[in-house]
This record gives sequence, structure tokens and C-alpha cells, in this order.
Amino acid sequence: MRMTTGEKLFQIFLIIIMLALIVSFLYPFIFMISMSFSTAAEANRAGAHIWPGQVTLTAYKMVFSNPDLLIGYLNTIFRTVVGTVLTLLVTCLCAYPLSRKDLPHRSLMTFLVFFTMLFSGGIIPTYLVIRNLGLVNNVWVYILPQLTNAFNVIIIKNYFESIPQSLAESASIDGANDFHILFKIYIPLSGPVLATVALMTAISHWNMWFDAMIYINDDTKQVLMTFLRRIVIDRNQDLMSGASEAQVSQFTPETIKAATIIVTILPILVLYPFLQKYFVKGIMLGGVKE
Amino acid sequence: MIRTLKYYWHNKCIFLMLVIPFAFFFVFKYLPMGGLVIAFKDFSMKSGIIGSHWNGIDNFQRLFLNSSFIKALRNTLVISFLKLSIGFSCPIILALLINEIRIRTYQRFVQSISFIPHFFSWVTLSGIFLMIFSTDGPLNVLAVKLYGKPIPFMTTDYWFIAILIGTAIWQEVGYGSIIYLASLSGISPQLYEAATVDGANRWQQTTNITLPCLIPTIITMLILAVGGFLNAGFDQIFNMYNSSVYDVADILDTYVLRRLETMDYALGTAAGLFKSFVGMILVLLVNSLAKRLSKGEQGIW
Repeated sequence: MRMTTGEKLFQIFLIIIMLALIVSFLYPFIFMISMSFSTAAEANRAGAHIWPGQVTLTAYKMVFSNPDLLIGYLNTIFRTVVGTVLTLLVTCLCAYPLSRKDLPHRSLMTFLVFFTMLFSGGIIPTYLVIRNLGLVNNVWVYILPQLTNAFNVIIIKNYFESIPQSLAESASIDGANDFHILFKIYIPLSGPVLATVALMTAISHWNMWFDAMIYINDDTKQVLMTFLRRIVIDRNQDLMSGASEAQVSQFTPETIKAATIIVTILPILVLYPFLQKYFVKGIMLGGVKE
Repeated sequence: MIRTLKYYWHNKCIFLMLVIPFAFFFVFKYLPMGGLVIAFKDFSMKSGIIGSHWNGIDNFQRLFLNSSFIKALRNTLVISFLKLSIGFSCPIILALLINEIRIRTYQRFVQSISFIPHFFSWVTLSGIFLMIFSTDGPLNVLAVKLYGKPIPFMTTDYWFIAILIGTAIWQEVGYGSIIYLASLSGISPQLYEAATVDGANRWQQTTNITLPCLIPTIITMLILAVGGFLNAGFDQIFNMYNSSVYDVADILDTYVLRRLETMDYALGTAAGLFKSFVGMILVLLVNSLAKRLSKGEQGIW
């Protein structure tokens, strides 16, 4: 590859700009990790906190001794696993018929789904419906209102439309009904798009806090993000309560907050290299014009 | 008649499949839309949605005379306008820059790092930023060195707005650039080869080939962004704001949420309906504008 001097300079400039961007994207997370392992003296020192120096696990011990963490983890895992499985099922059940060109009233039905992207009832009417359904203080409020959405239906529908219809036709001549065709032919052929939708749904379940905040009062039904919110945003003053004399020199409210943040996002951090690959695919599929 | 019935019977499986999804859309999407009628009613829990009396546009009159609603509307417009005008071009610029990197592995590395923030909730990100921007946080260490005294970032109006916009761009710029990079990779290399033969330099190639080829994607993204114009970023603001910046940070969604807490449902619903309705009109307007300007070739439907 031949480059002129100007192009070489531009490449160097690019590499430096990008390096600055990488630092800005990573620094907040490195800062958190470093703080979570810091001693009280280190955490109170002014500085960028890129490295904890002397590593201590006290903040983590304090976080893990909080029984609400386990409750949050269990409820979040419940909504993530059950929610994702059901979302895939319901979304496929909706996308398959809409992808069939011979479906009666196809355009009307597609419009009814699409319209929910344009217009919504908003917070209060949704709240009233959910209350009337008896879903307040019920863990199914995490699952049912999130079962599917227009965006997911449209990207899976578009993918299904790219599968040759002759496959479905020959299967139906052999006596297969639409359920067979969907589960035995379409779904096995749609691995990448289903994985993308599954990951997007799982991440959104993991990160959701609003529904828990307005629909759930029961502490045993709270999720991780409401637990985290209470610790890092509601400025809980009793972060230091229950600490022994010796421990007080070992951690500060900041190191506890940092450790809580790391503990609640750990699964996403660990899965990140895997996630990002599918997200790139996903946004490209989603970008396909209707 | 018999034939149509036969046809439906033949397709019974396909309709059976739609029962659960459509029940879902009906209950969780269309029933709340129906519930919007309480914006025109003197709603009370006792008489319910159907039983409450109609009161015309009283709620809307009350709403537009309510100074905190007007303030929330103003703040929403200001924050959204700043986010859109400053933030919209950022993913495009990032995509163009990433596209220019000649070292493939570095290109992929930059890209995959750039959308890390997209994966985390605003509860997590606010927790981190509250610490970074706190009076004894790392940014204020820098501020003390430069100005001699710490800056109260989170409690000063204009700093808070700047942080809202900056962190929102920081979160979405990488993720937003993916779609532009996808369109960039779809541009035929022949166009560039022809331009090189004609003696066009890289900058001329960017303005004459790359940008025109990106326009359909830019328009699609613009329509989507305009649709969310009145959102202003509820998740972010609700988790980041505090009482000293309410005057500039209270937005429509936080206003509606407070009406829910004070059980002033009719007023909150009127505000919500206003927001949904204006949002829809904006999308329809921009979409038809895009269609007209491109003679029917662009627009998202």
C-alpha cells in the first residue's frame, strides 16, 4: 500500500484521536474497578485512580454480606432467562404469519404491530392497565409487558421473508402444518437473527429498573438495578453501618458503591466480547429498510 | 362465502399462532391507548375509566396554565434540541474516521470498544458519573489544578446540562456508528476507483461519494431521532438529576411520573397524550418531508 506524506500524517492523527476515544470509553470502567479494590486511604486520595495500589477485598465482602444482593440477582436472572425465552417464542409466533405473503389481511396486521412504535398510551394509562390486571407486586410484571415489541417482530419477519418460500411449500405438501414449518424449518434457519434478538432482550431485562420501581413494593421481589439504585443514587447514608472499627479504615461509601456496580455488571463485562459480535449483526439487520 | 371460510380453515394454524402475540399487543399496547381517554375526563379511581365524567379539554387547560408543566416542556425542548443538534452528527463523523483507519485490527478494536457504554443501564452509568463528577472526584482534581477550586458539576445548571449531553453522546456514539459503517461497507469500490482515476483526493471522495451514499441512512436515523424528540432521555435524567438542578432538568416524563406519584392521573395522562401525539406528528412530518424531497424514494415506510 502506497501512501503520500499527507495520508501518513492523517493516519497518525487518526490513531491518536482514536486512542483518546478508547481512553474516554474505558476510563469510567477502569476507575470503578480500581476504586472497588482500593483501601479507604487510597480511595480518599485525590487522583485519577487507575490502579488501586494495595488491593483489598473489604468492599466486596461488605457487598456480598448484603442479603438484598442475592435477592436482586435471583430476580434478575429469573426475568432475564424466562423473559428472553418467552420473547423469542412470542416474537417468532408473530413474525412467521406476518412473513407469509399469502396471509389474509397481512398489511393491516403488520400495520397494527408497526403502529405501536409510532404511538403509545404512555406511563399512566399503562400503569392503570397493569394495576387492573393484578400485576402490581407480582413478578410477572417483569415478563408479560415485555413479551415482544414491534422492532423485534419486524427484524425477525424481515429475516423470515428472506427464507425461500419453496421450503415451506414442499414441507406443506408433505403434510407439515405451519407449526412444524416454523419450528422445524424457519427457526433452525434463523440462528443469527434469533441470537441477536435474544441478546438484546436479555441485556434489556438485565438493565431494567423502571418497572421494578413503579410496580413492585415488596423487597423480596426487587431486581439488581433497583438494589444498585438504592446504593449509588438514593445516597443511602447507612452504607457504613454494621462495619466494625477495623473495617472502617478499609472502605468508604465510594468503594462500596464501586464494588456494587462491578458486581451487578459483571456478567455483561464477562460476556462482552461475545455480545458485541452479535450486536453488530443485530443493528445491521434492524437497519434493513421496512 | 364458503370459499372464504374454507380458506380461513385451511390457514387455521397461522391464525392460531397470532392469538398470543395479538392478545399481547391488544392488552399492553392498545388498551393503554384506549386509557388515554381519561385525559378528557374528570378521572377518579372510584368511578373508573368508563364511569368517570367527561370534562372536555379542562385537563389540557389546567396543564397549559400549570407553570411546572410549561417548565418541563421548555426543558425537554432545550435538552432534546441540544442532544439532537450536537449529537446527531457524532456517529457519522466517528464512522467516517473509523472507516479511514488503514490498520484492520485497530479498526475493529476501536469499533468494538466504542459501543461498550451502550450495554449498561443509566443506573450503572449514573452511579459511575456521579462519582467521576463529584466535588472530590477525579475530574475535580483536574479542575483544582487548573482553576484552583473545585467546580460543582452536578449542581450547577449549565454544567449539568453539558454533562447530560456529553454523557448521552458518549453512550450512544459507538453504537450509532455501526449502522453508518454498514452502509459505508456497502458502497461500491468502483466509485472510488473511478474517482481516483479522475484525480479526486480523499477529501473530495468523502464529500462527493461517501456522504451522498450515506444520505438514505442519515434520513432514516433522523426520522427515528425525531420520533424520540420529546423523550429527552428519561432514564439518564431521572438517575442523574438532583434538587439543585430541577429547574433545568425536570422534563415531560419526570413531570408525568410525579403526577403518577401524586395520583393526579388525568393531568398526567393529558401530559402523556400531548407528548405521544406530538411525537407521532413529528415522525409523520419528517417522513413525508423526506419522501417529498427525494421524490418518494426515501422515508421509513
